[in-house]
Amino acid sequence: MRRGIARAAAMQASPHCPANVPQPSSEEVTSGADIISTVEFNHTGELLATGDKGGRVVIFQREPESKNEPYSQGEYNVYSTFQSHEPEFDYLKSLEIEEKINKIKWLPQQNAAHSLLSTNDKTIKLWKITERDKRPEGYNLKDEEGKLKDLSTVTSLQVPVLKPMDLMVEVTPRRIFANGHTYHVNSISVNSDCETYMSADDLRINLWHLAITDRSFNIVDIKPANMEDLTEVITASEFHPHHCNLFVYSSSKGSLRLCDMRASALCDKHSKLYEEPEDPSNRSFFSEIISSVSDVKFSHSGRYMLTRDYLTVKVWDLNMETKPVETYQVHDYLRSKLCSLYENDCIFDKFECAWNGSDSVIMTGAYNNFFRMFDRNTKRDVTLEASRESSKPRAILKPRRVCVGGKRRKDDISVDSLDFTKKILHTAWHPTENIIAIAATNNLYIFQDKVNSEMH
Amino acid sequence: MFMRGLKRKCFDGEEDIEGTLAGIKAIPSYNLQRQSLLDMSLVKLQLCHMLVEPNLCRSVLIANTVRQIQEEMTQDGTWQMINMQNTGQASVDRLVSTDILCRSSREQAEGKHVPGYSTFSKDFEGDQAQDSSETMSTASSVQALRNLQSNVWEMENSQENKGNFQKSLDQIFETLENKSPNSVEDLFSEVDNSYYDLDTMLTGMMSNTKMGHCDGLEPFPSPTTTTSSSNCKSDLNELDHIVEILVES
Repeated sequence: MRRGIARAAAMQASPHCPANVPQPSSEEVTSGADIISTVEFNHTGELLATGDKGGRVVIFQREPESKNEPYSQGEYNVYSTFQSHEPEFDYLKSLEIEEKINKIKWLPQQNAAHSLLSTNDKTIKLWKITERDKRPEGYNLKDEEGKLKDLSTVTSLQVPVLKPMDLMVEVTPRRIFANGHTYHVNSISVNSDCETYMSADDLRINLWHLAITDRSFNIVDIKPANMEDLTEVITASEFHPHHCNLFVYSSSKGSLRLCDMRASALCDKHSKLYEEPEDPSNRSFFSEIISSVSDVKFSHSGRYMLTRDYLTVKVWDLNMETKPVETYQVHDYLRSKLCSLYENDCIFDKFECAWNGSDSVIMTGAYNNFFRMFDRNTKRDVTLEASRESSKPRAILKPRRVCVGGKRRKDDISVDSLDFTKKILHTAWHPTENIIAIAATNNLYIFQDKVNSEMH
Repeated sequence: MFMRGLKRKCFDGEEDIEGTLAGIKAIPSYNLQRQSLLDMSLVKLQLCHMLVEPNLCRSVLIANTVRQIQEEMTQDGTWQMINMQNTGQASVDRLVSTDILCRSSREQAEGKHVPGYSTFSKDFEGDQAQDSSETMSTASSVQALRNLQSNVWEMENSQENKGNFQKSLDQIFETLENKSPNSVEDLFSEVDNSYYDLDTMLTGMMSNTKMGHCDGLEPFPSPTTTTSSSNCKSDLNELDHIVEILVES
């Protein structure tokens, strides 16, 4: 594990600064709108999209590797920035609708253009991203600036030709899927059929066709007849990567439900229910809260599911509903602090999780700008930090350790000095290579694994 | 953080409190811990920033926690009243499983909870009078919670529920007020204002009778009373304005 990330080339970027300029060490001014709320690689890993609290989407593109500058190979630079969602006001309920981007999902690329879905609490939008690198020149009736020519000066006709120009990236909204959700949308997932996608809010899941915006099918509804009886909400959902009829959704009670859309139109009855029985010796008033699943991800193979709850990540085999096949402790030292984490609301933080391309390593974030990786084969794990001090470009990331009393090594952090305001909720792994994107509040870190024989 | 005594019990899980006499004395304060967790949860349910719709998942989880506590408290109350009949065994399990709020009973070390239990039961009987009042206040807060829940979640019918909420909010604060004066002060003396402006909000709630005017106009009280009354006034003005227009046309 250590070697895998040892040769990390770190790079920071934020919407306001060019990606490959080292950040000045001035004091950080964290404006709320810059807080990154989602991170997602596209299917080739060439593009990386981030959404923030201010409703903006920033897309980074990986530079093609060049032999001339071996160290700048594969760095991500800003490709496009656009305002996806604006704040809205619901006049009926007298409530604001936040513009924060909750999720971004890329569509598989079908032509020269790229497409992605972005969503806030209520509205999903389909954006098309196109490049323009040529422009027509030599019009007969207009001059270079577009003004009409004086016809008497036109003596001959010419055919306009396409001349190269500076690359321009254009982003246009192609579809707006509105009014589908009463509650807050927490997930979107594009189906493997590339025609449909689903959006899930706290109580319902809708199925949409990418080309149809005025209609959606409700496929899951867990709203009770009497809202007083509400005890469980939907927390995340995802389509199976290969079977277009299967999807999973997780709940606040820690269960997963695999549903088959062929079984019925309304998939309230699950095909499989994945639930681990509670450990009676570990029971406390906070047991239910910490069992709430904050993220669920299918493995690339489609054989496993990865879930994140407050203290652990779990790997589930689709064929085994009784318990996960693997459980990894992310920060078990917080178990004795649950009372104060409940008080300051940190216990409700929703961490995401990610698989690597080969499904052999899983990754998730934690507090103090730490993130954790677990190698499923070697059973080794590592804690790394995403911070300016420890992430100079081309620096090697040093593993960190949290000590829980007892022997304390140098550079260990004690549990009580963890900064709970620095949380890494959103992480993403490149689909094929060892490149990870880590969102630490309003900073984006991209770490690459460069195995360079010279540096051994 | 919250209560000085509580803080120590929450953080210092390593302290061996069961083996000592002082530790045994601490066990009856489990009730106090539980009560303050209940109060904290009720406050959390109300103190949402009502400019944006509250996070439903968080509200549901907090409400479930409250329900759990209240169920246990009600059961303990009735258990105590029927003099430990069949439920005796079940109570032990419950006691073990929710012994200390923050840590698992597995950490309590084997055998220690048994002497603790018998001591606890004695203290528990001693606190009979207090517990019965707690049970009663629990019952009223259960009712208040039900009203509160339906109000928190039925944002679609907010207009009706705003009126109901005002009543349930009053009920909740009556509950908090009915506790002994000492515990109320303890509850709020160490509050960190950066998390919630409890003092301001509560004194505002108690003393500001103008809240009645806002009935039906505002779903939740804002932490500072001045903002809420100005919001009410602007809403009232708007309403007048609209009525004027309607009348004139």
